[in-house]
Amino acid sequence: MGLDIRLPLGLIFLIIGGIMAGYGVFTRSASQGINLNLVWGLVMLAFGLIMFIAARKKS
Amino acid sequence: MHLSIIDWLIMLVYFVFVLGIGFALKRYMRTSTDFFLAGRSIPAWVCGLAFISANLGAQEVIGMGASGAKYGIITSHFYWIGAIPAMLFVGLFMMPFYYGSKARSVPEYLRLRYDEKTRAVNAFSFAIMTVFSSGISMYAMALLIQTLGLLHGIVPDAWVFHVSILLSAVIVLGYIFLGGLTSAIYNEVLQFFLIVAGFLPLVWIGLRNVGGWHGIQQKLPTSMTHSWKGMTHASTNSLGVEVVGLVMGLGFVLSFGYWCTDFLVIQRAMAAESQDSARRVPILAAVPKMFFPFLVILPGLIAVSVTSHSTAVQAPAALTQQATTSQHAVPLDEEHPHGIIPLKIDPISGKPILDASGNPVYNYDLAIPVMLLHFFPTGILGLGLTALLASFMSGMAGNVTAFNTVWTYDIYQSYIKKDASDAHYLWMGRIATIGGILLSIAAAYAVTNFNNIMDALQLIFSLVNAPLFATFLLGMFWKRTTGHGAFTGLLTGTAAALVHHGLTIPADAVPGIHGGWIHTVHTYPSDMAQNFWTAIFAFGVNLLVTIVVSLFTKPRPEPELVGLVYSLTPRAPEHHLAWYQKPMTLALGVLAVLIALNLVFA
Repeated sequence: MGLDIRLPLGLIFLIIGGIMAGYGVFTRSASQGINLNLVWGLVMLAFGLIMFIAARKKS
Repeated sequence: MHLSIIDWLIMLVYFVFVLGIGFALKRYMRTSTDFFLAGRSIPAWVCGLAFISANLGAQEVIGMGASGAKYGIITSHFYWIGAIPAMLFVGLFMMPFYYGSKARSVPEYLRLRYDEKTRAVNAFSFAIMTVFSSGISMYAMALLIQTLGLLHGIVPDAWVFHVSILLSAVIVLGYIFLGGLTSAIYNEVLQFFLIVAGFLPLVWIGLRNVGGWHGIQQKLPTSMTHSWKGMTHASTNSLGVEVVGLVMGLGFVLSFGYWCTDFLVIQRAMAAESQDSARRVPILAAVPKMFFPFLVILPGLIAVSVTSHSTAVQAPAALTQQATTSQHAVPLDEEHPHGIIPLKIDPISGKPILDASGNPVYNYDLAIPVMLLHFFPTGILGLGLTALLASFMSGMAGNVTAFNTVWTYDIYQSYIKKDASDAHYLWMGRIATIGGILLSIAAAYAVTNFNNIMDALQLIFSLVNAPLFATFLLGMFWKRTTGHGAFTGLLTGTAAALVHHGLTIPADAVPGIHGGWIHTVHTYPSDMAQNFWTAIFAFGVNLLVTIVVSLFTKPRPEPELVGLVYSLTPRAPEHHLAWYQKPMTLALGVLAVLIALNLVFA
């Protein structure tokens, strides 16, 4: 249907992951001391990057 | 509670993307097939994720979390005995007929297989149920936003409920109106990944906090950490259901009745690019679905295992009435752990609600929301709340897309305007989308304004759904079944369900909406048990009446049933598929994992 779903999927994970990871770095602050924003933001960035690259390769 | 700018930013990104997908797909919506069936061009994995995401409404996320907190891992039966076997069955045996018959909807399959009157019963009842389901999702979402105070300080408190309803309606309307089913499916995939991304860290950090599964087993009673222990008798498990009622009522009649015949989910598989893909859709969907208990039920168990009370999470005012879980099975004793589950507060007096014994009532519907507030700091909290909102919106959108298709093809084109142009039906689809949203809003306010309407709706859903599977089972697998048989069976099956409900009652209930309104001849240990047995009776009566009436009426000529009945339809060749792509191979793999899960948590 003309639009590869992996493109918006990759983009939204890159943006939200970026916001969270950036905020995590900024608040490195008083989840058992785990910087969830940084850790999970990086996981989301990685997933977003994989999806984005897969979509670009196909197109 | 107050959210930070980061939390709002994450939610804003999600809403922009949801509407952006609708705008991006608008130019591809040229025909009614594009709008209603996504042009039958979507890959199997995308349809598979949409297949389960469309079902991820309020009932699943909030309801399953609540049941997990209340009953424990035994709630996983809704997946491991209920959904998964039915999804494998529909993929292996039923999708070839839905897809191969070129029917554009499930009611249309009934017309092709039986006759117009059988289709009409299904189309009208389904259309009514979808707008109510969508309205319930809308209501539950607005209630949650109000309860958690997400818009506190931004919108006057008296308007929060109305603003929440309006915002969710506008967003869902926007992306379906623009991009039709394709937009709904693409957004459901987006919502699926966001739900996983939002809840996975919650489970991870929650498990770390309580000492893993072993820690949960030490803190909670055995009945909450084993799914099959005590199932031989209704009085020895928290669901109040015995194994026959569970396997036949939930596992066979209700689950197969939903997953094999409900157009809301079947529509996603019908959008697949080929018949092979369509068969793989429910089977591929079963893979993540199998592990959903760890995402939506486990947080409930963690919520009652957490011992470090946080005053911050005790604060949210309780829901004004039960939103999604009305299954008050066997009463929980005072020893039942409550963890961080807040008390249910009377909205008028502001005091905790007490049960008949004078004990405070806990609001299990807030199990997952309080988990988010308890464990998530600013930032990832925005992601968790986005996941929660995404689940409500995917449930809403799924119902609205199913409604606009059934309305346009099965009601408008069949009974109002038969020979209009394709462009006219495309236009009508968009009008039906607006109509579906408006009716959903009306349903949401109806739920707000009438006591017990949730119970009444659940009753109507079960009465209509319970006998339906027998009609499809006989239609697809017995060529002798006639339209008169199916129609009579469907009506008598529903009547049997109604009579059974009127003659039975769950323990501790008063005659009325919960049953016993004719005369009480049997008392069930829980309303879940009553529901399961009502379904069994409805299915049995429908099956019997359909067979008897069919034997006394004239069947359709066999050539007319090719592609609609199993024994008359040539099997589709599979030699072009690798062994691991064949539906049967995939299904056996899923079944093996399913058996392992049942054994591990037995």
